[in-house]
Amino acid sequence: MKFLQTTLTRVFYAILLLIAVLVLNFSLMHLAPGDVADTISQSMGGADQELLDQIRADYGLDQPFLVQLGRYIGGVLHFDLGFSFFYNQPVSQLIIERIPATLLLVVSAQLLALFVGVLLGVMSARKPNGITSHFVTFLALFGYSAPVFWTGILLLIGFSLKIQWFPVAGMQDVTIEGGFWVHFVDVARHLVLPMITLSSIFLALYSRLSRATMMEVLGSDYVRTAKAKGLTSNQVVYKHALKNALSPVITLAGLQFSAVVSGAVLVETVFSWPGLGTLAFQSIIARDTPTILGILFFSALVVILGNLLTDMALRLVDPRMRGRG
Amino acid sequence: MSDLDQQHSIEKAQSPFAEAWDMFLRNHAAVVALVFLLLIVLTAIFGPYIYPTDPFEMVWAPFSPPGQEGFLLGTDYLGRDLLAMIINGAKVSLLIGLSAAIVSVVIGVTVGALAGFYRGWVEEVLMRITEFFQVLPTLLFSMVLVALFGASLPMITFAIGIVSWTAVARITRSEFLRIRELEYVTASRASGVSNMRLMFGVILPNALPPIIVQSALMVGSAILFEAGLSFLGLTDPNVVSWGQIIGSNRQYILDAGYTVTFPGIAIFVTVLAISLVGDGLNDALNPKLRQR
Repeated sequence: MKFLQTTLTRVFYAILLLIAVLVLNFSLMHLAPGDVADTISQSMGGADQELLDQIRADYGLDQPFLVQLGRYIGGVLHFDLGFSFFYNQPVSQLIIERIPATLLLVVSAQLLALFVGVLLGVMSARKPNGITSHFVTFLALFGYSAPVFWTGILLLIGFSLKIQWFPVAGMQDVTIEGGFWVHFVDVARHLVLPMITLSSIFLALYSRLSRATMMEVLGSDYVRTAKAKGLTSNQVVYKHALKNALSPVITLAGLQFSAVVSGAVLVETVFSWPGLGTLAFQSIIARDTPTILGILFFSALVVILGNLLTDMALRLVDPRMRGRG
Repeated sequence: MSDLDQQHSIEKAQSPFAEAWDMFLRNHAAVVALVFLLLIVLTAIFGPYIYPTDPFEMVWAPFSPPGQEGFLLGTDYLGRDLLAMIINGAKVSLLIGLSAAIVSVVIGVTVGALAGFYRGWVEEVLMRITEFFQVLPTLLFSMVLVALFGASLPMITFAIGIVSWTAVARITRSEFLRIRELEYVTASRASGVSNMRLMFGVILPNALPPIIVQSALMVGSAILFEAGLSFLGLTDPNVVSWGQIIGSNRQYILDAGYTVTFPGIAIFVTVLAISLVGDGLNDALNPKLRQR
C-alpha cells in the first residue's frame, strides 16, 4: 500500500516536471528571434507583410500566448511536436526514425561500462594496492579529464585510420549484400568504437564506486561468516558480496540518463552515428528550431521516465527503500 | 628540532589557513598540479605577448607537420600556427570555465542557502526547481540556448552556468540544514541577528569547505563543457578556443591528426590539473574525510 502511494506521488511529480519542460520549451520558441512565418518566407525567398500575417494567422501565431501554449501542450499529448521545415517532415517522425540507432549505442555502451566497471572494481577491491587498483585510479582521472569527443577522435585515428580494423563513420555499409548475419556483423563492427568512447565516461564512475562499495562489503560480518564456513574466495565475492555491492552502482547508473544524452550528442557527432545526437547537431547547425526543441523535450521525457523507473525498481528490490517518500 | 622550527609549528597550530596549506602540501600530486595550473594561467595571460604570432593568420602551407619550418606544433588546415592557436585559446577556455563556474556557484549557493535556511514551502519549491534543472539534458539545453540566442561569450557562460548549479545547491542545502541547528547559530539568532546576516555571515562561512571543493571541480567541468560546445561549432567565431580548434580540424584527421591531438592534450592537462588541485583542497579543508 505504502509502495503504491509513494509511486503515485512520484508519478504526479513526474507529470508536473514534464509540464514544466513543455512550458520552458514553448517559452524558448516564443522568445527566440524569428518564427515559423519568417522561416517559411525565407524558404520562399521573401514575402510581403500581408502574406506574413496570413501565415501567422494560419499557424495561430496571432493568438494570445496562453492560447498558443495550450495548443502546443495539446499537440504534444498527441505526440505532435511540430513540423520541421528543414527536413520537410513532422518532428515526431524524425525522432522516431532516429531512436533505434541511439538506443543501440547507449544501451550497449552502458552495459559495457557496467560490466567492465564492476569487474575492475571487484578486482581492485580484492587487492587494494594491486596494479588493477592503480589502473582504476588512473582510469577515473582520465575519464573525468579527457573530453569525450577527443577520446573518440583519438580512437578513430588509431583504430580506423592507422590500423584499419573498424569503419570510419556511420552505422552500416550500404554496399554490403547478404543475409541477417552479414548485416549484424557489419553493424557490430561500426558500433565498437562509438560504444567504447561513450562507455569511457561512465567506466571511471562505475569502477570507482564498485571498488568503494565492494571494499565496504568485504569488511562486513556476513562475509566473514561466509569465509569461516569454508567457502572459497571466489564464491564469497561473486555469490555473496557482489549482490550487495551492486545496488549502489545500479542506482548511480539509473541517474546517468541526462549525462548519457549529453555524451551521445558528442559521440554520435564524432562517428556520424545516425541517431538523435547527430540529428540534434544537424538541426542546431541548420537553425531548425522545432526539431531542436522536439529533441530537448523527448530527451527530458526519457530522463524523467528513466528516473521514475529506477526509483521504482530500487524500491521493489530493496525493502529498506520502500517506505521512503 | 631547532627553536625556529618549534616556533613555526606553534604558529601552524594557531592559524587554520596555515594548517590547511600544510595539509595541501602533503598531497604531492596536488602540489605538482597546482604548479602546472599556474603555468597554464600565466600562459593564458602573457603567452600572446611572448609568442606574438596571430592565431588567425595564414603563416605557412597547410598541414605542415610539427617541428618543421620553425613551427613547433605545425600548422592547421588553413596554414595557421597551431601553437599560437593553442596559446590564444587558453584565455577563452579558462575565462569561460572560471566565469561559468562562478555563475553556477552564485545560483547554487543562493538556492541552497534559502532552501536550507527557511525550510517549509520555500525549500519545497526551490528543490522542485533544482529537480527540474536536473532532468534537462545539460549539453542539449545549453546547445539550444546558444543556438537560439546567439553564440556570444556571455551567452555561452550563462548557458553553461545555468545547467551546472544543481550539485552546488544540494551541497549548500545539506550543509545549511546541518549547521542551522548548531548552538552558535541559535545564539546569534537569540541575540537579534537578521536572517540575511545569519545566512551569509554566520552559516555560510562554516558551510564553505565542501562548497569550495565542489566549485574547484566545477571549473574543470565547465572547461570540458565549453570545449564540447565549441567542438560542435557553438562558439564565438571571433575567438579561438581549444574545442573549436578540434572541431574545425576534425575533417582532416587523416592528413593531420596532430591538429586534433595537441589542443585535446591542452584541455586534458588543464582539467586534470584542476581536478587534482580539487583533490588537494578536499584533503586540506575536510581533514576528517581523509582518514576514512
